[in-house]
Amino acid sequence: MAEQGIGARVRRKEDARFLHGRGNYVTDMLLPGQKEVAFLRSPVAHGRIRRIGKPKGLEHAVFAREDLVGAESMAAPSTLPGYKVSTQHPLAYGKVRFVGEPIVMTVGATRAEAEDIAEQVELDIEDLPVLVDAQTTRAQTEIRVHEEWPDNVACQINFESGFEAKARDAAVVVKRDIDLSRQAMVPLEGKAVLAFWDERMSQLMVYTSTQAPHIIRIGIAQMLHLEETQVRIISPDVGGGFGYKCILQPEEVCVCWLALKYKGKPFRYIEDRREHLVAGANSRQHHYKLTAYADKTGRLLALDADIAIDGGAYSMWPYTIGLETGQATGNLPGPYDFRGYRAKTQCVATNKPGFLPYRGVARTGVCFAMELVIDAIAREVGREPWEVRMDNLVPTTAMPYDNVTKKHYDSGDYHKALRLVHEKIDLPKWRERQKRGEPDGRLIGVGFASYCEQSAHGTSVFAAWGLSIVPGYDQAMVKITPDGGLEVRIGVHNHGQGMETTMAQVANQILGIDVAKIQVMHGDTGLTPFSTGTYASRSMVMAGGAIAKACQALVPRLLHIGAHLMQCAVNSVRYENGKVVGPQSSVTITDIAHAWYRLPFRLPPDVDLGGLETVMAYKPKVDTGAFSYASHAAVVAVDIEVGSVEILDYVIVEDCGTLVNPMVVDGQMLGGAAQGIGTALYEESHYDANGQPLASTFADYLLPGPTEVPAMRITHLQTPSPYTEFGVKGMGEGGAIAPPAVLFNAVNDALKGLGVELNETPLTPRRLLAALERAGVKGGMRAAS
Amino acid sequence: MKAAAFDYMRARDVAEACAALAQGNGKAKLLAGGQSLGPMLNLRLARPKLLIDVSRIQALAGIEDKADAWHIGAGVTHSRLEDAAGKLGGGAMLAHVAGGIAYRAVRNRGTIGGSLAHADPAADWPLALAALDAAVVIRGRAGSRRVAADRFMKSAFTTELAADEIVEAIIVPKLSAGARWGYHKFCRKTGEFPEASAACVLDPERRLARIYVGALTGAPQPLAGLARAAAERGLAACTREAIHEAVAAAAPQLDAIDRRMHAGVVARALQKTFQS
Ligand SMILES: Cc1cc2nc3c(=O)[nH]c(=O)nc-3n(C[C@H](O)[C@H](O)[C@H](O)COP(=O)(O)OP(=O)(O)OC[C@H]3O[C@@H](n4cnc5c(N)ncnc54)[C@H](O)[C@@H]3O)c2cc1C
Repeated sequence: MAEQGIGARVRRKEDARFLHGRGNYVTDMLLPGQKEVAFLRSPVAHGRIRRIGKPKGLEHAVFAREDLVGAESMAAPSTLPGYKVSTQHPLAYGKVRFVGEPIVMTVGATRAEAEDIAEQVELDIEDLPVLVDAQTTRAQTEIRVHEEWPDNVACQINFESGFEAKARDAAVVVKRDIDLSRQAMVPLEGKAVLAFWDERMSQLMVYTSTQAPHIIRIGIAQMLHLEETQVRIISPDVGGGFGYKCILQPEEVCVCWLALKYKGKPFRYIEDRREHLVAGANSRQHHYKLTAYADKTGRLLALDADIAIDGGAYSMWPYTIGLETGQATGNLPGPYDFRGYRAKTQCVATNKPGFLPYRGVARTGVCFAMELVIDAIAREVGREPWEVRMDNLVPTTAMPYDNVTKKHYDSGDYHKALRLVHEKIDLPKWRERQKRGEPDGRLIGVGFASYCEQSAHGTSVFAAWGLSIVPGYDQAMVKITPDGGLEVRIGVHNHGQGMETTMAQVANQILGIDVAKIQVMHGDTGLTPFSTGTYASRSMVMAGGAIAKACQALVPRLLHIGAHLMQCAVNSVRYENGKVVGPQSSVTITDIAHAWYRLPFRLPPDVDLGGLETVMAYKPKVDTGAFSYASHAAVVAVDIEVGSVEILDYVIVEDCGTLVNPMVVDGQMLGGAAQGIGTALYEESHYDANGQPLASTFADYLLPGPTEVPAMRITHLQTPSPYTEFGVKGMGEGGAIAPPAVLFNAVNDALKGLGVELNETPLTPRRLLAALERAGVKGGMRAAS
Repeated sequence: MKAAAFDYMRARDVAEACAALAQGNGKAKLLAGGQSLGPMLNLRLARPKLLIDVSRIQALAGIEDKADAWHIGAGVTHSRLEDAAGKLGGGAMLAHVAGGIAYRAVRNRGTIGGSLAHADPAADWPLALAALDAAVVIRGRAGSRRVAADRFMKSAFTTELAADEIVEAIIVPKLSAGARWGYHKFCRKTGEFPEASAACVLDPERRLARIYVGALTGAPQPLAGLARAAAERGLAACTREAIHEAVAAAAPQLDAIDRRMHAGVVARALQKTFQS
């Protein structure tokens, strides 16, 4: 058996079914008598519903809020200062607050039929003034998204530590406005839910595309007044989550309501791409006004931040808009060592879909803001940006380090990552080429960015936000099968992270059972122990830790039975590679499984009655998070005539502690970085002044494709976290954090001789050319050259 | 979104398709590769009562060598032209343009006739065929007529076609051995419709000098003066200023940013022309 434990390059077990198109998604499911559901969504961004006219003769297939008797509305609490609860009805009631908000649900034999019915519903909506701009909406009290609020500020965090004292001595002051546009997350599979009442089990069976089946069970039970024993959530294969599916969705509540009302009949809803781009435009939109204070070498002394988050219309259950607000405030200082910080972060309600935490959560935004400012400081003091970064990073000798916002950075060598990335991108080579100029007139630029990423943060962090659900211990259930294989059950969910493989590697590390004989089961509340699910780069740290603990708990039991089978003393045997080895002989785990399950007369009389299965819970010794970190560098060529940006090289040096499977980590990095490139250059959910979304298909909402994502070179450092099992750190999100910062810094490097600087995502040709036009920069390209 | 209900028929020949179109009274639509019509059906932007599938009509599927021109059936897919690279003497630009449309999955179904009839201002064929001085063969119940490719598109998504007419073929004159051409488009990503596009064909033997700029609000526009200057004085005539002025004159509605983008693309097309 090849080496398969922690660190092994094991091929992903789940790939065979995915690559052969044999995955099983909600969309693949077809039950007898299944009905399809469609939603009629608000055509206006803000309005009062005057009348909903159901088509004659089709009333039985049309449902509005009033019809959903027994369904509660969603309202997510938080104890953050000034936090305001927004009540979200599963179908809009009284008012509509964004284009795409579901108003009416229709049911048909096919989706087309359900849409036909939806089309015949008459909506009479009185237009209300629309709030689309977070900056101006902050001060707006007359027009309000939620009338019961005094204003539109959904939550506000003020932070101050050492600011005045540190800022006072600054020789250099740099001010920047930095903006990120709104985005959709665009998983390959959108929302999808299928529900029916199972009379035999007396349970509502719900198949739904979610990252957090156990949370959805709590939510559905609450919203529909069911006992949790009456609800079983199965999340089968899920085509990507990215945070979009870590909350309870109104469509889930609606479809489950139908299944309860019409017991025995299955109902299904599949989100289509247009619905996703319109009603799911819910992330990334942050606006920063930053003032940085530094000494004359660029050493950062203090930072003043005024942050507005465009929170959209609703604060979603259970994680709330507080998550983004808290993370933006707390994580802005990044991997840097400075002691003066003042921040005011307001999350503003607007007439857009409710904000959700997207891969990287607020960190893509704060990294973008912080890294652009570091480069601005470097330009101001006339130094290489990477050197200024070097001077400001938290030194490894200071680890563990509590930063200015009291984030506890557990371990790492931030300087080493930056030094390496600088070496690998070969800055001197590009500086030389920049001097020479390109034959085609394009401008070359090199950019750097560094970040650290709080991963697997647990109880203390979430409890501080005062949420109704706080992650704590994650559990794993492990069970040796009668033939010596292993079943591993976990409450987190695998939707692209490779966990069916990597979690098996963890079990293999402890028990030595061949990965092929380990089945990782997840995504079913009926089969798995409770977990808050997969988000916040937590699954390997949490569920992986629990699996290790559970497997370790089986070892003494195996030794005990094994020793008895060999008729030797327990203290004379040891566990090794799936065998109990004694002084003269050994027995395999299969021999032991046979004894327990099939040939019990061979067992010792005092055998452990826990048998060959156990459940163990785990959380890290310190639950404030294991901090992964990375430095990225990129080279771009900017065409100032047409406004294009080509990525010529891209290097990542990252440290997520102990690697469980380097190939899986590479995959996560690349996927995340591709999304980061999307944020940087392509993706934008823009709105007109009436709150109408202007990107409702892929013709207008651009995603990077294979030819837009360069062949990235990745190097791994491995500084084990002192607090987690095996020293692993979370890394699922990291790739998506740095690319916007790196690419903008590279473009700004290319343009620095022209006095042009860009600081709003995405970097579209129009934005680039507009900046050049404003600066009076003529294009350099001639036909003759 | 799912399409609203419609009836479907597969036409056996062009005459049957024309007859069905006429009978449909404006409520029938031809279906070729479905690469433009499909999304419009699904978004319920197009709601025909009847779809007349012309994709199996043999008479629309030919690529014929007619001595001084290539006759391309309207139903020829982009990928068939792409795959004919090296075999289209005097028509190499056709294969080049076809290979740059969208990506292979779209090219496998999308047709040259469908593209012309759809008349997207940013599409490749309206631009390329205008520069190549091609003609569009149109057939209706009343018979057949020819329209120059640069007259075929009247404005965005509007063409010369009457309600009962169908594009039958495109006649592309062969370029002579000494001809040069350059085709350039700026797409934000591979497979995306361009932000700006330009085609240049200089064939002294045939006294053809054409530059067209595309991806405007309407049909591609000629840069006749610039083309003449390029033909007479070569690349030296194509200064940044000359290009900008030509683009501004041809497309006065463009703002400074769009003008810059289009001028940049024209410059690239010219570079390619003189490198060819
Ligand atoms: C993702 C994507 C990217 C694309 N990118 C590009 C691109 O970069 N450049 C580009 O040029 N195009 C692009 N296209 C469009 C593509 O080239 C289509 O093939 C083309 O626009 C339509 O051809 P079709 O055969 O699919 O026509 P259909 O979609 O079947 O029909 C389009 C229209 O033409 C009419 N029609 C079809 N055939 C005839 C005929 N013989 N006579 C009269 N009317 C007819 C139909 O009634 C309909 O109104 C893209 C399409 C997609 C889906």
